[in-house]
Amino acid sequence: MRPLRAYRLRLERKARRWRAHAKSFQLAPLAQRTGRIRPGDILLFATIRNEAVRLPFFLDYYRRLGVGHFLFVDNDSTDGGAGFLADQADCSVWVTGAGYRQARYGMDWMNHLLGRYGSGHWTLTVDADEFLVYPHMDSRPLAALCDWLDAAGLKAYGALLIDLYPRGPLSGAVLGPRVDPVTVAPYFDAASYQLRRDARHGNLWIQGGPRQRVHFADRPELAPALNKIPLVRWRSHYAYVSSTHALLPRGLNRVYEEWGGEKPCGALLHAKFVHLLGEKAAEELRRRQHYAGAREYAAYARQMDRPLWTPRSTRYEGWRQLHGLGLISAGGWL
Amino acid sequence: MAVTPGFVMLAHENLDRAAQLARFLAGQGCPVAVHVDARVPADRLAGMRSLCDGRMAVRFTRRLRSEWGSFAIVRATQEAAGLLLREFPHVSHVALISGACLPVRALDDLRGFLAAHPDTDFIESVDLRIGAWVQDGLSEERFTLRFPLSWRRHRWLFDRWVEVQRRLGLRRRLPPGIEPHLGSQWWCLTRRTLQAILEDPRRREFDRFFRWSWIPDETYFQTLARRHALRIDSRSLTFSRFDHWGRPHLFYDDHAELLVQTDHFFARKIWRGAEGLYARFLDPAGVAPRGTRLEPRPVERPFAEARQLRCEGRPGVLGMGRFPCRWHSPQQATPRPYLVFDGFDALLPGWHRALGAPGRVSHGRLFAPDRVEFADGAPVWTGNLPANPRIRDRAPDQFLIALLRHEDAAQVSLQLCPGDHPQMMAFIARDPNARILRLEGAELLAAFRAGPGPGHAPRLAPPSPPVTAAAARIWHLADLLADPAGVLGAVLAEAWGEAAPVPALPLPRLDGLADFAARLGHADAPRLRAAERARLGREARDGAATLRAVGE
Repeated sequence: MRPLRAYRLRLERKARRWRAHAKSFQLAPLAQRTGRIRPGDILLFATIRNEAVRLPFFLDYYRRLGVGHFLFVDNDSTDGGAGFLADQADCSVWVTGAGYRQARYGMDWMNHLLGRYGSGHWTLTVDADEFLVYPHMDSRPLAALCDWLDAAGLKAYGALLIDLYPRGPLSGAVLGPRVDPVTVAPYFDAASYQLRRDARHGNLWIQGGPRQRVHFADRPELAPALNKIPLVRWRSHYAYVSSTHALLPRGLNRVYEEWGGEKPCGALLHAKFVHLLGEKAAEELRRRQHYAGAREYAAYARQMDRPLWTPRSTRYEGWRQLHGLGLISAGGWL
Repeated sequence: MAVTPGFVMLAHENLDRAAQLARFLAGQGCPVAVHVDARVPADRLAGMRSLCDGRMAVRFTRRLRSEWGSFAIVRATQEAAGLLLREFPHVSHVALISGACLPVRALDDLRGFLAAHPDTDFIESVDLRIGAWVQDGLSEERFTLRFPLSWRRHRWLFDRWVEVQRRLGLRRRLPPGIEPHLGSQWWCLTRRTLQAILEDPRRREFDRFFRWSWIPDETYFQTLARRHALRIDSRSLTFSRFDHWGRPHLFYDDHAELLVQTDHFFARKIWRGAEGLYARFLDPAGVAPRGTRLEPRPVERPFAEARQLRCEGRPGVLGMGRFPCRWHSPQQATPRPYLVFDGFDALLPGWHRALGAPGRVSHGRLFAPDRVEFADGAPVWTGNLPANPRIRDRAPDQFLIALLRHEDAAQVSLQLCPGDHPQMMAFIARDPNARILRLEGAELLAAFRAGPGPGHAPRLAPPSPPVTAAAARIWHLADLLADPAGVLGAVLAEAWGEAAPVPALPLPRLDGLADFAARLGHADAPRLRAAERARLGREARDGAATLRAVGE
C-alpha cells in the first residue's frame, strides 16, 4: 500500500477514535456493571431503540452462546427497554437522547465503549434483531470459536447478514417476548448475492437478498450492504468505520480468503421483517435519523404490502443448511 | 514384572485442566512429573499445586522457558523424566503427554498393552532419508543448520539467518554414530531405553548438537532412541493431527466418537472447555476396557476435508469467507458443466421452451440486455435469484455461478444471442465448464430478422468472441441456410449426446438473407448465396415449396 494512502487511513482511524471520544460525553450510565467483566469474557455491544419486545429472547440467545457481559446504549427508548436491561445482572446500560445520525448511526458510541471496555476481549457488535450463526454452534459455545480463532491467528470473523421473512404478510408475523424470530419469519434467499471488494478499506461489499430483490429492484445499487464483521478481538486503537461493515486498521477487513480457500465465517440472521417493521418504518421516517435520509425505511413504507416470499424461498433449518448452501464456512475448523 | 507407566506432562496453559489430568493419572496409580512453563505466572502455578496437593505421585520440576521449537522443551523433558525414574523405582515406562491431552482408552488397557509388548519403545521415529514426515517447513536442514533464534519472536531474522547459512553453505556435521530421525513429540519409552538416553556417556555431546537444531522435541528422543532401544514400534500412542499450517487440531465434545474410533491411548489437543470429553474420559468408570490390542482405524477423511475446505474451498462458493481475487486465473470459476446454445435463439426466438425435459433445465437468454429468461419464464430461480437484469448486471459472472451452484438438474443449458452481455459472452468462451454449440454468423441473422429500423441501416452486433477454454462445436450460418432442419437435428443430437427426438419447431424462411448480407458488404455474402442456391435447387428437386418443420 502506498505510504500516502496508508497515512490517510491512519488519519481516518484517528478521526473515528476521536469522534468516539467526543461523543462519549453523550452517554449517561444507567446501570454500570463493567467491574464484573472478567478477563477472557466475550462481550456484546449493541445500540437499541424501542426494542423491548425483542430483548428477552436476544439476551437468552447470546447468553446460551456464552456471552459474558452485555453493554447497551439505549437511544431514547420510550418502551421501558432500558429499565429491563438495567435489571439484568450481566448488562451495563448507558442512555442518550442525542442524535443517532450525528453519532454516525450509533457507531461513535459503540467505538467508545469498545475501546474502553472491549480491549483484549472478543467483542460481538450486533443489533437487537441480529442473531449470530456459526458452524458447530449446536455443540460448541462461542468461546470455542474464539479460542480457535486465537489459535489460528485470526483477529476478526465475518458474517453475512441474512434477511429472514415470513411467508404471509408482515402483520401476521407477530414477535412476542421470548419468541424465536426464526419461528415467525423462517424464510431467506439462498442465492441472490453480489460481492465486490471495496478498494479503500479492503472489505467485501455484499448486496442482495430480499431487500434488493423487492424493495430496491429498480435501483439495486442502493440496496443495503450485507457484509458484516461482528466478532473482533478488540484492541484500543481499532475503530468501526461504517456500521459493522468495515474496520480500521484495514487488515482486519480481510476476513475472506483471496487465494481460493475458505476462511471461517458465519451469518447474522436478520429478523427485521416481522410485524414491528410497519411501526418502525413510520417512526424512522419521521425521525430521519437513518442512513441516506432513511431511504431504506422509505422503501419499506412504500412497499410494505409487497410479499418477500416466493416458492423459491428457503426455509431456515440450521447452520448445517447454511454451510451446505455456502453462505457460512467452517474454514478448516474441524 | 508389573507394568507401571509414569507420565511426564508438559503444561503451559489451562493449568486447571492439566491439574485435573494429573490428578486422574496419579489416582490411577501412575506417577506424574509436571513441567510448567516458566512464563506462567506464579499464582496460577500455585493454584495448580494446590489442586494436586495430597496426591503423593505428582511432582513439579524446575520451570524453564520452554518456547516452541527450542531445546528447553527437551531439557524440561529430560529433567522431568529423570525425576520420575529416580523417585518412582517401580515405574516401568514413561510416556510424554501434554496438559491438553486426554486418555481416550482405559489405563488398564495401556498397562496390558505395554505388558504384551515387553521391551518395546513406542516412539514415532522416521528416518530422515526415507520418510517424508515433515508436512510443512524445514526437514533435513533441521539438523544441518543452526537455529539460535526464536521463530515465534524473530520470524524475519529467523528466515534471513536460514538464508544466510544456505548462501554461505554453512553446514554442521552430525555427531558420529547417530542417524537423524523425526517423529511425533509424544512418545512412550521403557525405563531401560530412557535411562540409557539420559545416562549416555556422550550425552553432553548430543545435547550440544541438538541445542542448535530446529524443533528438537521432534528429533532428540526420536534419534537417540534408535541408538539404545531393543525394539522400536514407530508409532505414537497419542492421536493428534495437524492442519495445513502445522497447528494441532482441537477436539470438542462432538468428537468423542471420533477419538474413540482412532483407537489410540491418548488424544491431543483437547479444547479447554470440552466438558463432555473431560467428564467422559476422566471418569474411571466412563471408559470401558477394550483389551490390550490396539487397532487404529484410519480417520483421515474429516481432516483431509477440513484441509481442502480451508485451502481450496468449494467451487462456486462466494461469500464472506471466500472471494478469490488473486488466483492466477482471469475469472471466477463456475462449479459445474453447462451447455450453451450460442446464436440459435436468433433463428428461433424462445425455442428453449421446447428443450426442457425431466432432468434437463433449459434457460432462455439469461444475459439479454433488457431481460432474464429463466426456464418456464419464472420470475425467480433457485435461491430466489431474480429475473431482474439490473440486479444481474451488478455482477453477471456471480449471477451465473450462483445459478449453477444451486442447480440440481443433471443438465443445464442457456441461450446466448448476438447483442447479449458482452462481458458474459467472453466469460463463457473462457470457461472450461461451458460446452458451446455455436451458430457462427448469428449476428447477421439477428439483424436480418430484426428488419431495418425506420430510415436506419441495420446494425450488426459484434460477433461472438473466440472460444478459448470452453469446449465448442460450431456451425456456420451457410450450413444452416443450406439445410436448416439437418443442422438443427445435428445441434440437438450434439447437445443431448443422443439421437433425441427433435421437437417440432416452425423454421422461418430465410429467403433474401444472402442478398441482405451482400447489401451490408458482409464477407460471408458469397458463401451464403451459394448455400441458398444449393437449398433452392434441392427444394425444387424435392418439389417442396415450403420448408417443412423439423421432426415431421
